[in-house]
Amino acid sequence: MQPYAFRHRHLLGIEGLTSDDVDHVLDLADGYVELSRQPEKKRALLRGRTLINCFFENSTRTRTSFEVAGKRLGADVINMAVAVSAMRKGETLIDTAMTLNAMRPDVLVVRHPESGAVQLLSEKVDCAVINAGDGSHEHPTQALLDALTIRRRKGRLGGLTVAICGDILHSRVARSNIALLNVMGARVRVVAPRTLLPAEIERLGVEVFHDMTAGLKDVDIIMMLRLQLERMHGSFVPSTREYFHFFGLDYEKLKLAKPDALIMHPGPMNRGVEIGSEVADDIDRSLIRHQVEMGVAVRMACLEILGRDLGSDSNGPAIE
Amino acid sequence: MSGRRQLFRGARLIDPESGRDGPGDLLVEGDRIVALGANLAGNGDAEIIDCGGLCLAPGLVDMRVQLREPGAEHMESVESGGHAAAAGGVTTMVALPNTEPPVDDVSVVEFLARRAREVKLAKIHSYAAATKGLNGRELTEIGLLAANGAVGFTDGVKAIADALVMRRVLAYARSFDQLIIQHPEEPSLGHAGEVTEGEIATRLGLAGITPMAEVIMIERDLRLVEITGARYHAAHVSTAEAVAAIRRAKAAGLPVTCDTAPPYFVLNETAIGDYRTFAKLSPPLRSEADRGAVVAGLADGTIDAIASDHAPWDQDSKRLPFSSASCGIVGLETLLPLALELYHGGHLALIDVLRRMTINPARILGLAVGRLASGAPADLLLFDPDRAWHIRPDEFRSKSKNAPFDGRPTRGQVMRTIVDGRTIFARDLSGGAPR
Repeated sequence: MQPYAFRHRHLLGIEGLTSDDVDHVLDLADGYVELSRQPEKKRALLRGRTLINCFFENSTRTRTSFEVAGKRLGADVINMAVAVSAMRKGETLIDTAMTLNAMRPDVLVVRHPESGAVQLLSEKVDCAVINAGDGSHEHPTQALLDALTIRRRKGRLGGLTVAICGDILHSRVARSNIALLNVMGARVRVVAPRTLLPAEIERLGVEVFHDMTAGLKDVDIIMMLRLQLERMHGSFVPSTREYFHFFGLDYEKLKLAKPDALIMHPGPMNRGVEIGSEVADDIDRSLIRHQVEMGVAVRMACLEILGRDLGSDSNGPAIE
Repeated sequence: MSGRRQLFRGARLIDPESGRDGPGDLLVEGDRIVALGANLAGNGDAEIIDCGGLCLAPGLVDMRVQLREPGAEHMESVESGGHAAAAGGVTTMVALPNTEPPVDDVSVVEFLARRAREVKLAKIHSYAAATKGLNGRELTEIGLLAANGAVGFTDGVKAIADALVMRRVLAYARSFDQLIIQHPEEPSLGHAGEVTEGEIATRLGLAGITPMAEVIMIERDLRLVEITGARYHAAHVSTAEAVAAIRRAKAAGLPVTCDTAPPYFVLNETAIGDYRTFAKLSPPLRSEADRGAVVAGLADGTIDAIASDHAPWDQDSKRLPFSSASCGIVGLETLLPLALELYHGGHLALIDVLRRMTINPARILGLAVGRLASGAPADLLLFDPDRAWHIRPDEFRSKSKNAPFDGRPTRGQVMRTIVDGRTIFARDLSGGAPR
């Protein structure tokens, strides 16, 4: 039997990963969950390495999560917030990539408001790149941390029925989760008003529902997505009142799912819009805070996997 | 528990849903029809209404009416509109949302329902606005409005102009299986005009609207219906091209319906004559060829429904230079006789004229009215299809008298209108004024 090897230099998306890849990340992450619960949380795996968090879009939790993960593995972590207004497409992004590359980082963690931008940047640098969210495309570490959260509670991913509810149209979390859950053999549903569903979403391997009553029936996992209020109001859905009435998760709708169904949300939540507070805070049903904890462990696992190859890559001839 | 029994004896029963058209009796108990047939027994206690061979049909369902309540009750109120409907044989009407405030909030839908219950004349349903404030930009609470009684969504006498907004309205409404009603006129082609462009507009020096403004909007909408699968209804279709576009869409299986209003099949653009503002409509009156195409569309079923498009305006809104005057005519009290011109002219059978004002609009709106059947609501229209009379707007019960039909000889008259077993209008044939 061949030893397992992660065959990618970057982690740009879930698309293209195998179930072995996912299992491997999750197995490693399980270990990091335990480590992170110890008083002494540090490893020297990435000592001397440089990780740059390069965020072209505001983020607190993801950036902090990567920062904690990198530091626990011993890396030097630099946070770089790039003002979106200063950034334009194409050349400017490539210029930024070249500049960063010249500083010889080992890992770049990149978030960008435009789909595909992280891949474009990854093509211009010598180090490993982790996509921390690109536009409405992918957010692979979120899907991995969601998978870890589910696997630790349910013991498996295969055979579960997962309903992803809400703004599928704009969600990179939804796309990454759809890809991951499918590759792991779960059944995936999306539940949303038609204005929040992209065309031909069913081709991604999901069952489409337009009302919560049918969509939540007998599901094991309910993933609620954030309604991006700032750009939603009136154009995609009429009001937060109506949205909560028909698509917000409360106990009434939760009853339709399996009795042991669990609730997830990538955060930050809009309480009373897509999810009611009493449901979000239900310690028996809500995994929302576990997700945050799993985030650090999964990101440590991703850094470890990508870091294994850094030795050969970073020992090239020094540039004068 | 049984209600008052009324036996309508000796009628010509016409029910477009079942195709029944022949002599018979009809028994009402309380607010329901309980039996139809020959020689029904009233069982002693029933009130006997001798129909004398007149036509007894389902009460008319008028799917496009403007009531000016709330906001402009001096032009029309729920009560005056209810009396006008009663006199016109209309037992169910659907009000457009272009009131002040507009019907874009659950509270206004509930207000109108309450007013209709208080007035207790014709049944009134409301459309709600498709966009907030009828502004064409933000969706209304379509789910909540529908749950509280709105029967469809429209921006009233304004087109939903922006294609992206229309797409979202359709897609969102589809999630709740709601009907979207469009005022089909491309506004960028229409906003400067007040009549159909052509010789008459040119001679009068009035800004013309190309008749293509209608089909351009309908064709666009049909493509959006293809994408979204939503139920779409084009209001007051008035041009040959629009009728043809809808005919093709129906053949292709799209969930599309349409209506027209009497002015578009009994008048053409010459009716504006010497700047007659009472003949100013939106969409404007069309050429004779278009009028003929509307008649043909009604005859072959492309046009599903006939609505009055009742648009009450006071004198101040109409006694103005043509381009400043408001658009629309009152129509509730002339709906039946004008529609019957299609029958008297040999274009449609009587039962098919009635079909377009009863079961067809009821089905489009999802309302359980518009039929003569055991168990159905006792919403009835007794009328004489041949009785000749002259239209006199000053006798209208509507608060507004804006109709271009003053003195028009016509045939067919409402004799009695019944809603839920209650007679809300009965014509006094002894020579006195109708009560």
